[in-house]
Parts: sequence; C-alpha cells; structure tokens
Amino acid sequence: MKILALDSSGNTASVAIIEDDILKAEYSVNHKKTHSQTLMGMLDEVVRMTEEDLSSFDALAIAKGPGSFTGLRIGSASVKGLAMAISKPIVSVPTLDALAMNMWGTDRLVCPMMDARRNQVYTGLYRFSEDGKLEAQLEQCALAFSEIVEKINELGERAVILGDGVPVNAGGLADIKVPYIVAPSSMNRQRAASVGLLGSIYFSEGKYENASQHQPEYLRLSQAERERAEKEQA
Amino acid sequence: MQKMKMMTDITENKDVKILAIESSCDETAASVVVNGRTVLSNIISSQIDLHTIYGGVVPEIASRKHIEKINYVVEEALNTAGVTLEEIDAVAVTYGPGLVGALLVGVSFAKALAYGAGKPLVGVHHIEGHIAANYIENPELEPPFMCLVVSGGHTHLVNVVDYGKFEILGRTRDDAAGEAFDKVARAIGLGYPGGPKIDKVSYEGNPEAVIFPRSKVGDAYDFSFSGLKSAVLNHLNSCQMKGEEIVQADIAASFQAAVVDVLVRNAMEAAKVNKVKKLAIAGGVASNTHLRKAMEEACKKRGIEFYHPSPILCTDNAAMIGCAGYYEYMNGVRSGLDLNAVPNLKLGER
Repeated sequence: MKILALDSSGNTASVAIIEDDILKAEYSVNHKKTHSQTLMGMLDEVVRMTEEDLSSFDALAIAKGPGSFTGLRIGSASVKGLAMAISKPIVSVPTLDALAMNMWGTDRLVCPMMDARRNQVYTGLYRFSEDGKLEAQLEQCALAFSEIVEKINELGERAVILGDGVPVNAGGLADIKVPYIVAPSSMNRQRAASVGLLGSIYFSEGKYENASQHQPEYLRLSQAERERAEKEQA
Repeated sequence: MQKMKMMTDITENKDVKILAIESSCDETAASVVVNGRTVLSNIISSQIDLHTIYGGVVPEIASRKHIEKINYVVEEALNTAGVTLEEIDAVAVTYGPGLVGALLVGVSFAKALAYGAGKPLVGVHHIEGHIAANYIENPELEPPFMCLVVSGGHTHLVNVVDYGKFEILGRTRDDAAGEAFDKVARAIGLGYPGGPKIDKVSYEGNPEAVIFPRSKVGDAYDFSFSGLKSAVLNHLNSCQMKGEEIVQADIAASFQAAVVDVLVRNAMEAAKVNKVKKLAIAGGVASNTHLRKAMEEACKKRGIEFYHPSPILCTDNAAMIGCAGYYEYMNGVRSGLDLNAVPNLKLGER
C-alpha cells in the first residue's frame, strides 16, 4: 500500500510518501513562506526523488483539521484537485490524532495542543494500547488552555505535551501538576509521515472518501457566524 | 509570481480546450472554452443567499463554500462540455485580484489538478477575464478597443492595446461603482446585493428628484464614488430630521443617474481623446440596464461601436477566465507550482 500524505494545518508544510512499513520520503518546512507557494513544489520534489508515478498511489492522506483555516483549505484544495486528476481516494486524518502519533509507543498520556488563538488550544488526550494502537481519551476539540490542564491533572498520569500551543502557553505550564515532558524538535510539530501512517491504517479499514466528499474540519464557526449567533442569543 | 515564457508546444490547426476555474469572490465557477471564443460549459455556483443576511460577502464563509463546491462545479463543467480531463489542453485559474482566502481555493485546486493531469497551468487576472467576456458573444471584436470595467470591487477605464496588453486610463480613487450601489441600497433599505435592486426599483422613480453630485477628479479619467455615497446618506439624514418622506425609488433613480452620468462622461471624454472606435463594458455593474442604455446612446451619437456581454457573462464566471486564459496560453504564459493568490494584483501585471 502506497500513501501520499500532506499536512498544511499549521506553520509547518509537510509531505510524505509511505509504502507499507517504509517511510520513502518526508519533506517538512517550517518557515515564513506561505503554503500556497511551497506545498505543491515540495510534493513534486518527493514524487520525483522517489521516482514515483502518481498513478501508483493507493490514496492521498490529508490532515483535515483543525488548524489555520487558510492552511487547511490549501491542503484540502490540493488533495481534492490531485485526487480528481488521478482518480484516487482521500483519507482524512484528524490533525491532533496525527500529532499524537508522533509520540508512538510512549506509555505516557499524550497531549498535543495547537495554538487556536482567542486563548484556546485545539487539543485532545491520547494513549497507546499494549499493542501500539492509538486510543483517544479525549477526541480533538477546542478548549481553553486552563481546561485541558485541568483534565490532565484530573487523570493524574505522567504526560508528554507537544505542538505549537506549548510555547504560546509557556506561562501556564506550571499549572500542570503531573510529571510531564515536552516533546523535542524532531517530533513536536506536524509531520506528514504521521498523517500518512494513520492514513494507511484508516485506508486499510475502508475509511476513505472521494475527492468531492472530502472537506476540512475547522472545529469552529467563522467569526461572522459566531458573532451572529452570539447576537441572536443576547 | 512565477510565470515562465516557455517554448509553446501548440500544434497548428488544432482546437485548444481550456478548463477554467474562478473563485475570487462569492461564486465558485468552472468552464470549458474552445479557442478562447466558444463556451462549451459555464457552471456557476452562487453563494449570494449565504451572504445576504450579513449584508455583504463574508470572506471566511465564501472560502468555506468554495472548497465545499469546487469539485462538483469542475466535474459539472467537464460533463456538460462532454470533455474529459485528458482532452483538456490547459487549466486556467483566477489568481487575483479578489479575496485572498477565496482565491487560494481555486489556485490550490487548479495547481494540483493540472499537476496530477500533467497539463499546463495558466494564472489569469480576474479583470482581464471580465474584459475578455466581451469576446465570447462578439466573435468580430478584437483589440484595440476601450473597456469600462465596473463591478463590486473595481472601476477601471482601460485601453485594450492587444491581447494581454492593457493601458489604464482611469480608475476609482475610493469606492468601486458596485460598492456604492451596495452601500446606498443598504441605506435606503433595499438590501444586498444592491446593484440589481437599484436597477429595478429605479424604473419607478424620478432620476431628477434629487440632483446628486457628479464628481470630477482632476484632469484624469479617474472616478470617485465615496462623495456621492455621502451625499445620498446626508440627504437621507436631512429628510429624516425635517420629517420629510423618503421615496425609495426616487433616491435609487437619482443616485443611479449620477453614477451612470459619471461613467458615461469619463468614458466619452477618454474615447474622444484616444480616438476610440470600439467601446466595451464589463463586470457585474455592466449588466445594469440604465448604464447599458446610456452608454449605447452615447456611443451611437459619436459613431462608436458598442459591446457588452450578456448578464450571465457580466457576473463572475469562469468562461471569461477561459477566454482570457486562452490568449495567455497562446502567448506562451505558463504558471509554476508556486503560483500564489495575489489579492491586489494590478491590471496588466505579470
């Protein structure tokens, strides 16, 4: 099984090619340049470097969200266009699940968190089972940083935290009362390899969509819709 | 912006089919155009109802809707045209000007589609598309000619020197004409979108009920509509203070008459100086029936040939992008995988 994976949900643009249990290529860039300028060029680069034929892929995997609204759409629009051109299915992977997958095999509670602005983080709580399967204790959601800290403290387990929500909330980390570690640079941001790994698992379970069906998952309304809803409630 | 001049691999005497995609504002559109002039399909998915409750286009909502619809719209364009993706010669896409988030959906999709299908990609300027809309129903129209582009986001008086070659004679210094229509319509309770509503209700009103200013900006053929919009708002305020009744149709007709007068006046002055023989109008406001009539009469008086697209080609659509894209393609313009959305792309910029 061969999967082409993309993640443009955060500041890191990342593409990867996974064939069965081999990571054939991974290319990640965390730089100021916009994903719309870099992502397709990076994709082309890994395809050419591995001498892959686009038609040889079984599916395209994408971090479906949450994340930067525009970043998610650049990734989604790219896989939707590519999937239509090469007639391949799309596997939508929750961004936080893929981030948690970076920590594969740990016996700690895994808490990825992405900066969601407005004093919130996109987060979730995960564990790996005895046989290495990712299990969600708390599915991905938008929470105040203090709320996720509270949940971590309630569970009382040793934890590992990661994601760009960590440095943003550095001042609040002291509130975490369980022993915790922060993931290092090699694994603390989005990686398309993890998206591809989960993507290949989902694909083998038959969880995939066609190009038209795939949509990003924002986990949040637009500002205009939110303000309108608030006004109506008031 | 990376656009490369490449050796063209265009075979003589072969039809060139362009698949065009447009998502710069609140319409998701796709089209298949042959040789820049024959439209095989023109699919438009409008979001207007979604934005009406907000009184205007909400960029984030527009962008979300684009990504939801884009595959359906593109598939529909191919199906209606009876053309497969393999039979397409190039993919054209609007990359500016427009709402950046909205543009990015079309640009990202088109890049990946072209890449996956192994087709060349051509980035197209939205306004150049509007101008090119005139070619579709007027096979005899060729540059040079003058074009007045009037829409919700743009007001440009342009000399179309050649295909892909433009000279801007005048532009708005503040609001676009269509923007003024929207703002005035909101102020007099007609709602969004203002253009078609003012156009319609004006038939029941007196265009001379209130004489609003016809502003002249310096010696150039530039436009200014914010003063006119303020004049309308001031008039409404003073009526309210004096307890005078506001006749919606009269205000609409009087405001519209001022806009039309200024557009026609500047166009005719520029036409005279530039010895223009052919004049076209384009953009959403070009479907305003009062503007069409006034421009047609003014052109007739001066012996100028007048062109205008039918309303469906005035609104944002992809057929016009396919048309403009064809001429870019034939000129050897190719866009790279790093093509980005450029929200304030200038006319004629490459």
